[in-house]
Amino acid sequence: MTISRRKFLQALGAGGAASALAACAPMPTEPRNGEHIVVVGGGSGGATAAKYLRRFDPNLQVTLVEPNATYHTCYGSNWVLGGFRQMDQIAQSYQALRDTHGINVIQDRVTAIEPDAHQVRLAGGRTLSYQKLVLSPGIDFDWEAAAEGTSEATADRIPHAWKAGPQTQILRRQLEAMPNGGVFIMVAPPNPFRCPPGPYERASMVAHYFKTHKPRSKVLILDVKEGFSKQGLFMGGWEANYGDMIEWVGGDRGGMVNRVDVANRTVFSDDGLNRYRGDVINYIPPQKAAQIAHDAGLTNEAGWCPVDQRTFASSIHPDVHVIGDSSVAGAMPKSGHSANSQGKLVAAAIVNGLRGIDAPEPSMVNTCYSLITPDWGISVAAVYRYDDGSIRGVEGSGGVSPADADREFRRREADYTRGWYRSITTDIWG
Amino acid sequence: MRYTRLAAVALAVSLSGAAASQSALAEVTRGALMAKTCLACHGAAGTAPEATIPTLVHGFPRELMIQTMRGFRDGTRPSTVMGRHAKGYTDAEIELLADYFDGMR
Repeated sequence: MTISRRKFLQALGAGGAASALAACAPMPTEPRNGEHIVVVGGGSGGATAAKYLRRFDPNLQVTLVEPNATYHTCYGSNWVLGGFRQMDQIAQSYQALRDTHGINVIQDRVTAIEPDAHQVRLAGGRTLSYQKLVLSPGIDFDWEAAAEGTSEATADRIPHAWKAGPQTQILRRQLEAMPNGGVFIMVAPPNPFRCPPGPYERASMVAHYFKTHKPRSKVLILDVKEGFSKQGLFMGGWEANYGDMIEWVGGDRGGMVNRVDVANRTVFSDDGLNRYRGDVINYIPPQKAAQIAHDAGLTNEAGWCPVDQRTFASSIHPDVHVIGDSSVAGAMPKSGHSANSQGKLVAAAIVNGLRGIDAPEPSMVNTCYSLITPDWGISVAAVYRYDDGSIRGVEGSGGVSPADADREFRRREADYTRGWYRSITTDIWG
Repeated sequence: MRYTRLAAVALAVSLSGAAASQSALAEVTRGALMAKTCLACHGAAGTAPEATIPTLVHGFPRELMIQTMRGFRDGTRPSTVMGRHAKGYTDAEIELLADYFDGMR
């Protein structure tokens, strides 16, 4: 018979003679019964959680379930569109997590989560039991809320490229095939969505590619929103580097797209009042928590997963911790860096929890770098604490790069952007 | 004699118990959690041309970290993004970070 460490500690705490003697027995080196943590999703949140669970407790049995053998980071995928990074440079493998960190990595897809039975079912037929589940499934697209004429089936012709991989390659090939003088239309998504500065970095990177290869071309952003992340820095950078190549049309000026004629690559806004013809259309749909989270009953009426803001334990099923883009995380943006920070917090919360200790008081960080050119970087940063029921940025900290910085400052932030990519991907998958 | 032997047994039991529970109870502290968040950017030195951010994976001297972080925070040490980060930490938190990284050396 084996006993869980928590029960073992509870027995110790009881202080009886039997428990004192039990302390002489060696701690089990084999995985302890019941102390099995399953992590679903091998992106920035899930891979970080799996790695740091093992870091914080090397005896813990951790299984990571991820459908892809290779993961392409969404961050950096705009640089592929810009033509100065290759797909293999944004590819991450699970080899180090498996071989160096002792995580049981299963390449499979989760078909069902059964919170009451504490198990997950895999497409390959296996069933995994867990004591705690970490769910980091990312986003899915809310096609019901998407523009008329678009669907999952149209994404091969008007790609979203908002999950990196084959979609990134489709969009890149379309840009390569586009004639000089063509128009690239991006339809930006409504809030909340993955990577708030992402659409605007993408517009920058496409403009960079056009400037060097197809200089008579245009970039048109149609945006349901009336403002966006790091707007002043982006617009200043666009003007300085691309003149009037990039045009942004906000929701109050005709950017509210309702319909897409996929065959004729035409976008209609404001109920047909405006029409825009493009050579390449990048339609980024409205987003929601990944479907698996909906199926498991972990979402709220807005389509995202409410969680305890100190531990990321689901408000609906507390033995499931939801992190990353699917979760509602107070002031934290849906970013890879946020997910990385949340993965560490949830690993600490789970490891301490198994020992009957409170989770450490949350301390989280986000830094979102964006490139306007390969030598012009901008950033937004924040440090987060738990305060009065929610995750909030520490007052007086964080914010965006200065508006009046010189080119050397922008170049330095571009260098740090590449350093950040290298470091965070090593922290997560290395 | 009898008393001493009993005491020795009791001591051994309590020591082994303490040792077992201590390893089992090695909690993840706030300092450790906070320090791990730094490693997102400061976790790998990389190789050129990406080796732009100093790594902290081999630790950092305590007093130097306190001085550096305070310098970032009050702006006496120029930075691109570190000033914005450093303003998010109190003196006590900077000391927790400094203690942790000093212990990694």
